Amino acid sequence: MNEIINEITLISVVSLGAVGSMAAVILYFVAQRFKVIEDPRIDVVAELLPGANCGGCGLAGCRALAEAIVKAESLEGMSCPPGGNDVMKAIAAALGLEAAELEPMIAVLRCAGSREHAPPKVHYEGVMTCAFAHSLFCGEAGCPFGCLGCGDCVLACDFDAMHMDSKTGLPVILDDKCVACGACVKACPRSIIEMRKKGKKSRRIYVSCINREKGGVARKNCEVACIGCGKCVKECKFDAITLENNLAYIDFSKCTMCRKCPPVCPTNAIAELNFPPRKPKAETREQPVEA
Amino acid sequence: MGGVHPPENKITASRHIEELPVPGTVTIPISQHLGVPASPVVAKGDRVLTGQLIARGGGFISAHIHSSVTGKVVKIDDMMDSSGYRRKSVVIQTEADEWAEGIDLDAGIVRGCDLDGAAIVRKVNDMGIVGLGGATFPSHVKLMVPKGKKADYLIVNGVECEPYLTADHRLMLEKGEEILVGISIQMKALGVEQAIIGIESNKPDAIEVMGRLAASHAGVRVEALEVKYPQGAEKQLIKAAIGREVPSGKLPIEVGCVVHNVGTAFAVYEAVQKNMPLIRRVVTVAGKSMNKPGNFMVRIGTPVSALIEAAGGLPEDTGKVINGGPMMGKALNDLGVPVTKGTSGILVFTEMESHRKPVVACIRCGRCTTVCPMGLEPYLLSALSEKNRNEECEQERIMDCMECGSCMYICPSGRPLLDLMRVGKSRVGKIIRERTH
Repeated sequence: MNEIINEITLISVVSLGAVGSMAAVILYFVAQRFKVIEDPRIDVVAELLPGANCGGCGLAGCRALAEAIVKAESLEGMSCPPGGNDVMKAIAAALGLEAAELEPMIAVLRCAGSREHAPPKVHYEGVMTCAFAHSLFCGEAGCPFGCLGCGDCVLACDFDAMHMDSKTGLPVILDDKCVACGACVKACPRSIIEMRKKGKKSRRIYVSCINREKGGVARKNCEVACIGCGKCVKECKFDAITLENNLAYIDFSKCTMCRKCPPVCPTNAIAELNFPPRKPKAETREQPVEA
Repeated sequence: MGGVHPPENKITASRHIEELPVPGTVTIPISQHLGVPASPVVAKGDRVLTGQLIARGGGFISAHIHSSVTGKVVKIDDMMDSSGYRRKSVVIQTEADEWAEGIDLDAGIVRGCDLDGAAIVRKVNDMGIVGLGGATFPSHVKLMVPKGKKADYLIVNGVECEPYLTADHRLMLEKGEEILVGISIQMKALGVEQAIIGIESNKPDAIEVMGRLAASHAGVRVEALEVKYPQGAEKQLIKAAIGREVPSGKLPIEVGCVVHNVGTAFAVYEAVQKNMPLIRRVVTVAGKSMNKPGNFMVRIGTPVSALIEAAGGLPEDTGKVINGGPMMGKALNDLGVPVTKGTSGILVFTEMESHRKPVVACIRCGRCTTVCPMGLEPYLLSALSEKNRNEECEQERIMDCMECGSCMYICPSGRPLLDLMRVGKSRVGKIIRERTH
């Protein structure tokens, strides 16, 4: 009995061993023949990238950016929005390249048409996707440019930097979490979200409206719409504001944050974020207090 | 294959077509058809006559637009229309009802037509005729058989499978002979020997009338079809009438068919025999809560509110006003929007009727798959579309969806199947267009 078992064991060990070593030889030659030679620096760069695969660099993911950087042998035109300048500097150091210092950016919602300012006239009951609502009608408030409030941008955000405010019906962007990857910009069917310079201490001034209709029509649907009156353009001493198609636009590369334009806007369409509160105006202080 | 049986609610089936008075102002959008919008040829302040050309079609797949009243152009501006957006329209203040030269207003039927095919097509184009079934595809394009193809059947759609709507039904009863002359003209333009008028068997009176009248027109016959929605969809109608199946992604001409609506046949008759441009159409105004629902002959550009007024005014508990049928129509966001060439009905729903069921989880019952007339799997397609999986959507033939809404109607979980499929369809359509360019 033992002999038979020994024989079976022997046969199996020998035959399997032979098959195994033959396969090993074949695999060795196949591996030699189809060897993929990869630059070891790609792994180094990929290790330094955040690994969020957000696509903010414009490529398919972190690995793709690493490959592109190593292939180009330069950091020109490459950036990692979530990693920021620190990551780019580390990569530059590892590869012995120069990294350009980029201004940090942030997503900005250019619509202030909350339920209070732009009251809904009809009720939307379809699927909660901006893409669909946009294909159906101009929106509950009647503004064909304004936020639809279904939250496609919030869904697109990989960094938990956005949420819908249930009171206003508008998305909120969190300054400290937004990495400016641009996913929300792509997700918005109406291109309401813009990437703007983050600014010192996160201070920003921008026209919070993209309505290009005539002033009267825009105002009918939303009381904080830009009506294209041009007062801010006149007020600006730095040529930072341009008026086109009934809509003012503040160029963030020219704006000096002097805060002169927001008070002159008749509809309060210019938003200023994270500034200290304004001192009360002189004339209001001087007004006599009546009992 | 597939199909659903929604309650018919054809409450206006016995109401005669009533001529609606000419409204004080009309708003005529320059894009009332599929294809390139027309471009206005009038300016603010111009006086126009009823039936005068006011906007010229912008290309091959486009249609001319004519004034539906006599009066002064007060503005050419963006106005709200049934698309839900403000789009360019010509607004005309009515002064009188003076018809442009050459239009025959006599009620007598003109039978003989000695024009040749090309001349008929030219006239249909000149008069701005588009498909009146709802899709508003320019009719002259459909009357020209593409090179290398041959048509042997004209199928005339008198199905009207949407609940509530009775515009085509009434038109067949009251203008049957005109429709048949229109069909003969279309047959001549297409060079076909046979025409089949498809009518659902829930309209025995229309089948009887059209059958009797068709006897005196060579090659035309009436086919009674099973009652189900969407029997009137192009591909379903061809299958039901002559048993041919149009391949996925192809047009009916591939199987030698051209489909026109009965309303279009009537418009073609008026255009060719009476020089009448498409400036009016039959619209059903209905709803369970309406006082005087009916079928109206309406000038294009009449505000919807005027139609509702004519049907007894807007009931107090109205929750929704729909442009079109209850299955494929779209809720209006403003009652000032005008009737356009594609408006087949205005339906008023009460607050009770107008809301969707609450959405709960899919229970995998598979009813959406059973009822889909195109043999798709709506539960799967909607899930793929929701997850942005466009390639799989394309493989699962999302582009074959004709948006009939049967899946959403039957879904016991109230899932927004069609909404999601439409999103997926537009995304996949964009990808396909980018790939081919």
